[in-house]
Amino acid sequence: MSIPSNLKYTPSHEWVKTEADGTVSIGITQHAQELLGDMVFVEAPAVGRHLKAREECAVVESVKAAADVYAPISGMVTEINGILDGSPEAINEDPYAAWMFKLKPDNAADVDALMDAAAYQAVVDSEAH
Amino acid sequence: MTLKTTPLNAAHRAMGAKMVDFGGWDMPVNYGSQIDEHHQVRNDCGMFDVSHMRVLDMKGEGVRDFLRYLLANNVDKLTMPGKALYSAMLLENGGVIDDLIVYFMNENWFRIVVNAGTADKDIAWMKKQAELHAPQLDIADHPELAMIAVQGPNARAKVWDALPGSRELTEKLIPFSAVEMGAMFIARTGYTGEDGFEIMIPAKAAPFFWATLAEKGVKPIGLGARDTLRLEAGMNLYGQDMDESVGPLESGLAWTVDLKSPRDFIGKQALLAHPPTHKLVGLVLLDRGVLRGHQQVHTAHGNGEITSGSFSPTLEKSIALARVPVEVTIGDTVQVAIRDKMLSAQVVKYPFARNGKAVVSL
Repeated sequence: MSIPSNLKYTPSHEWVKTEADGTVSIGITQHAQELLGDMVFVEAPAVGRHLKAREECAVVESVKAAADVYAPISGMVTEINGILDGSPEAINEDPYAAWMFKLKPDNAADVDALMDAAAYQAVVDSEAH
Repeated sequence: MTLKTTPLNAAHRAMGAKMVDFGGWDMPVNYGSQIDEHHQVRNDCGMFDVSHMRVLDMKGEGVRDFLRYLLANNVDKLTMPGKALYSAMLLENGGVIDDLIVYFMNENWFRIVVNAGTADKDIAWMKKQAELHAPQLDIADHPELAMIAVQGPNARAKVWDALPGSRELTEKLIPFSAVEMGAMFIARTGYTGEDGFEIMIPAKAAPFFWATLAEKGVKPIGLGARDTLRLEAGMNLYGQDMDESVGPLESGLAWTVDLKSPRDFIGKQALLAHPPTHKLVGLVLLDRGVLRGHQQVHTAHGNGEITSGSFSPTLEKSIALARVPVEVTIGDTVQVAIRDKMLSAQVVKYPFARNGKAVVSL
């Protein structure tokens, strides 16, 4: 699966999408879900919580392992994706649609500083070797 | 370090396996979805490459006497040729060197299957003990034998279909026994809680047999599902649920230790001198989350620790084996520390699932 060019990425395998209302949705990448395998539990941050960039804020658990999810940028949690509560496997099925939570960024320009698809592809390639 | 490979390595890759370093072996962890593979075995059947496990033959006069002393379980339970016995092999201090299956072939020949990661250590220990107590014995391992497990309610029928002549030979084979078929060795054993066979086959013939099973519709199953299947079945994993630092009585293996007969065996004195303070129990998580090895368990009688934990596809809940103080009883609610939270779990009698069904109810 190719890496969507309309999203931004972190080296810790989160993707970030700027929504029309100025919030950003955050999920984990195809590469991350492939590494983890079948998802069985997602623990999202509480709505209203303020996150600092690179703060541990959520956990995804597959049958195999638990993995921390980090806040790509600083901001306030505005919404969590309730679908993942009952259907964590949605992350396996379509990781770029299965957003975990949304943030209202402290500074919208922070998103621009994240990696683009090409830079993230290089991260994935380097991990393969 | 170069990873060791089994004769089926190329077959796994051709089938789209995700390969991982499993204790120095390049092994398939799944071929897609671990949960689908798990259900496949519970509901139909699947095949596992377990060629990394080591087969050894112990031959010579007095082999039964030697094994009676070497193993915690009593090989005198083995009277019918082909019958198997599960046993721990202990240090003098009662710590578990390994768990293994021993097959009685004849009075001069017992076959033993040991874990991959402990095989070299096990063989060294056996040879050392044999030098002291039975120098006439010949102990030889068989790295040239591959091993394929076919497990699930339809496993035996699929093997009969794939292996001409095997039905006549194995249809009446009772559980936990084996029979030779030419250079092959077919055992009605497994590590999933389902019916099926574990088949030893010369390495050169293994890829063809694997391909034939695949043609008959048997799906390959990775080590990921093997772990959740064995955990649901309440079967111990060496290195997680027990090791050299704990005894069998604290590892849920009391049923395999014969302390009643007058015979002496290595580790017996230590077991008699130190009654267990802990025991292995099952846990089912009541809150949302996933139990994992090494999480601390808080009970009314002191702390314990999870030895194996995962998500159970059959129960659709998280389950675990945990070593807790002996005073803890079935039905107790305990607290498990998961990251920054304390989650509730119920103490249950395991197995959690067998023969396609959940056997634990809350």
